[in-house]
Amino acid sequence: MLTKRIIPCLDIKNGRTVKGVNFVDLRDAGDPVELAEIYANEGADELVFLDITATEQKRKTLAELVMHVAEKVNIPFTVGGGISSVEDVEVLLNSGADKVSINSSAVKNPQLINDLAAKFGSQCVVVAIDAKQIHGEWMVHLVGGKVPTEIKLFDWAKEVEQRGAGEILFTSMDHDGTKNGFANEALAHLSELVNIPIIASGGAGNMQHFTDTFIEGKADAALAASVFHFKEIEIVDLKNELKRNNIPVRL
Amino acid sequence: MKIVIINYGAGNIQSIKFAIQRLGYEAVLSNDEAEIRNADKVIFPGVGEASSAMEMLKATGLDKVIPTLKQPVLGICLGMQLMCNYCEEGDTQGLGIFNCDVIKFDATEKVPQIGWNQIENLKSDLFKGIKEQEYMYLVHSFYVPLNNEAIATTNYGIKYASALQEKNFYGVQFHPEKSSKAGAQILQNFLMLDI
Repeated sequence: MLTKRIIPCLDIKNGRTVKGVNFVDLRDAGDPVELAEIYANEGADELVFLDITATEQKRKTLAELVMHVAEKVNIPFTVGGGISSVEDVEVLLNSGADKVSINSSAVKNPQLINDLAAKFGSQCVVVAIDAKQIHGEWMVHLVGGKVPTEIKLFDWAKEVEQRGAGEILFTSMDHDGTKNGFANEALAHLSELVNIPIIASGGAGNMQHFTDTFIEGKADAALAASVFHFKEIEIVDLKNELKRNNIPVRL
Repeated sequence: MKIVIINYGAGNIQSIKFAIQRLGYEAVLSNDEAEIRNADKVIFPGVGEASSAMEMLKATGLDKVIPTLKQPVLGICLGMQLMCNYCEEGDTQGLGIFNCDVIKFDATEKVPQIGWNQIENLKSDLFKGIKEQEYMYLVHSFYVPLNNEAIATTNYGIKYASALQEKNFYGVQFHPEKSSKAGAQILQNFLMLDI
């Protein structure tokens, strides 16, 4: 049976993890490769690296990091953050990334989704969508939720599927950082609307939130950062808890 | 041991090379016929869309070489699919090594299947030391229906063939290079095959 995936997300700047991590066993708290290895050994199903570097060295540093991760880590990983062209993606995939995630660049140039799917296959194209509710309507936002657009979440989700996205990573900006649980109602609606996997993101605070997003939110995977980085939730404990709730997981 | 990963422009070759490296071996990336024929083990990767991958393979002339290889050959993901008779994706004629077709999943489940699923009914030295219902990482929209060349099966709405063997040719739909320790064991088993 296909299992539900647990995905830690690592924020990267200039090749280093940025959000403080609380791993006493880390020799170098800023080394993404070492952190990735630990997560892989602890039972993470996938990893996401979100690059927030804004310098001109960005591309080279990121490609080098991807190569180092691919060398050491034996589970799949996705790379996102500022990817805006077929050439960007080619470099990252050739360096060993399994998938790339695109966000603002897809909104600005939706054809990019078609181009990537045609050239590399839908399986490596994750479209990340940040949205929040405005007057009761879920609207797509850019730049980490700061800039609103006129695009409705559910219309956009349908469109990215039709254009060839292989997965949708949905972050509710209303829930992100609150630790009050995922946006399960919107997630469940997304999951019924499109026939590609949905990754839930934003709001994880405790283990029950993961159970809820897999059952009520019908999510295929759940992504979180701080609860894992600060050891508030251990992946193996989380998976055992999910199993007790009859949710299929890899243990 | 000489290990060659066939390099024809389709796929995540780097990951396979690194997975072999983690086992303590070095693999060579090559599209040179003589080098491939001289290898002890050949890995045939593939990620992406079937018809364009097949075009790239034909451009190297390796579509004629691969079916005549005598050493153990392991097709991974799209590599395995291209070793079949026919792929529905892009209406693609395959290499005809495995006597079966590759068809698209019904939309009863989400397509592509992405994630960790179980392999069972394991029937090959490739799976030595691997327990029934072990988890493997899979990413695919097309599948091989059950047939008598199946050496592993997986359930995704229906039960299908997730690994195939015909003589010295092996194919796996999952990604052993991305399937944690169990995946590494399968790659190790492949390298240890004695034919």
